[in-house]
Amino acid sequence: MKIASHVKNIPRSGIRDFFEVVQSMGDVISLGIGEPDFVTPWHIREAAIYALERGRTGYTSNLGLPRLRRAVADYVARGYGVSYEPLTEVLVSVGVSEAIDLALRAVLEPGDEVLYHEPCYVSYAPSVVLAGGVACAVVTRAEDEFRLRPEALEAAITPRSRVLMLNFPTNPTGATMSADELGAIAEICRRHDLLVFTDEIYSELTYEGASHVSIASLPGMKERTVFLHGVSKAYAMTGWRIGFACAPVELIEAMMKIHQYAILCAPTMSQDAAVEALERGAPAMERMRREYELRRNYIVSAFHDLGLPCHTPRGAFYVFPDISASGLPSREFSLRLLREKKVAVVPGPAFGACGEGYVRCSYATSLDQIKIAMQRVGEFLSELRAGSRPA
Amino acid sequence: MRLLIEMLERNALMPREDMARQLGMSVGEVEQEIARLEAEGVILGYQAILNREKWETDLVTALIEVKIQPERDGGFDRVAGRIARFEEVQTCYLMSGGYDLLITVEGRSLREVAAFVSEKLSTIESVRSTATRFRLKTYKENGTFHQFDEAPERLAVTP
Repeated sequence: MKIASHVKNIPRSGIRDFFEVVQSMGDVISLGIGEPDFVTPWHIREAAIYALERGRTGYTSNLGLPRLRRAVADYVARGYGVSYEPLTEVLVSVGVSEAIDLALRAVLEPGDEVLYHEPCYVSYAPSVVLAGGVACAVVTRAEDEFRLRPEALEAAITPRSRVLMLNFPTNPTGATMSADELGAIAEICRRHDLLVFTDEIYSELTYEGASHVSIASLPGMKERTVFLHGVSKAYAMTGWRIGFACAPVELIEAMMKIHQYAILCAPTMSQDAAVEALERGAPAMERMRREYELRRNYIVSAFHDLGLPCHTPRGAFYVFPDISASGLPSREFSLRLLREKKVAVVPGPAFGACGEGYVRCSYATSLDQIKIAMQRVGEFLSELRAGSRPA
Repeated sequence: MRLLIEMLERNALMPREDMARQLGMSVGEVEQEIARLEAEGVILGYQAILNREKWETDLVTALIEVKIQPERDGGFDRVAGRIARFEEVQTCYLMSGGYDLLITVEGRSLREVAAFVSEKLSTIESVRSTATRFRLKTYKENGTFHQFDEAPERLAVTP
């Protein structure tokens, strides 16, 4: 069968590739999972059951339940200091991934360039390409703790640059940006008239008391920003598929056109659950956040003991250690670790070429599992060292 | 400190080294902190949570509501102390509402608990009345589930 060339040319996700190897083995301890190990807090699940009991099983308005949009607007105003008109500037999507796709398709002309920082979430570059744009990676480095440097961004801008995509805290590095650092990025965006799509799905999960700042809250930015968020990570609701986009009316209108024909609306009972999460989920979320922070401390300290450099991430639930001391490229490191020690990590290049030399380890896994995994990584490394010693 | 206590509440047996790594403390500091909490009486003890469906399944537990005539000197405390000191009594709370003390009593059989109520508890002069209810099944205790295991299935690798 003939597949469209722009689809055919998109490489398979490096994660999916790796997933199939893991699937074929039993008994693996996985640090490869990009979702919370917690089940959705009970009061949220119970709200969805109640919605089903009341027969709330029809479509909602294309933009989403008005009640949810109001809850989103309140949540964003309270937590991020940006106010949006709930009924016209908020769109409820099927996860942030859909909202990113909508936003890209709404603004890109063929050949428009989209800048994004790498290593990054696997869907960004393909989504840009599928929307007819050109994906332009801006490399971030471990010595900058994977923050986006203004000079690096500036150097990548061309007359065709249209959009900058941001994701702080970052999957896979856990990088965060302070208000000042974001201010420098915002200034560049204003000067070059760039739109900003900011994926803040991990924004509740910040550590060491670091408070999250959204670029949308900086002066002159709200009007050029699509604020993207959802309940998946902070509220342990990945399977519910609820994201939302907040943006100026014209953009939401344009995104809605695509959304209404492609998706119609996000699942109704999931939207009811999301209302419960946003309005009353804070205590449960905070308990999970604290647990992640403790595990983060554990895993970072364990990597340091193994002699693998690993910056201490201030957000999300990933560490991105430098494994080049093992002498193996990322993919081989990951495959051998999987085959020899049954521990799954994701090779860094799955998140962009500059991820070579790193692996992503998720600490959204119980401490017991993390502990065993780290023990096995230690054994793996010492066997490697013993094996490579000249005879 | 609060985090340390939360950890102990969830699993008092967690290796001190694991605690130290998570809290960014040394093992010595963690041990010292725990010793201090014990010495100050913040931590009163450590216990196992047993699944009664699997161990000593014939043990019976009763929740007993006790109405008391408070005494002129000592109010409820003296009587409560008298009741709580019986080794059959596992817990003893002073309650608001229609009765005064809520106590939990464990025994080998219904007869044994009944004997405790009629011979020991009811014969205390200031005990006016009692209402005994037996436990049939435990679903959750001290935040720990005895039923409703949740084993969510997760994919092994996800983005």
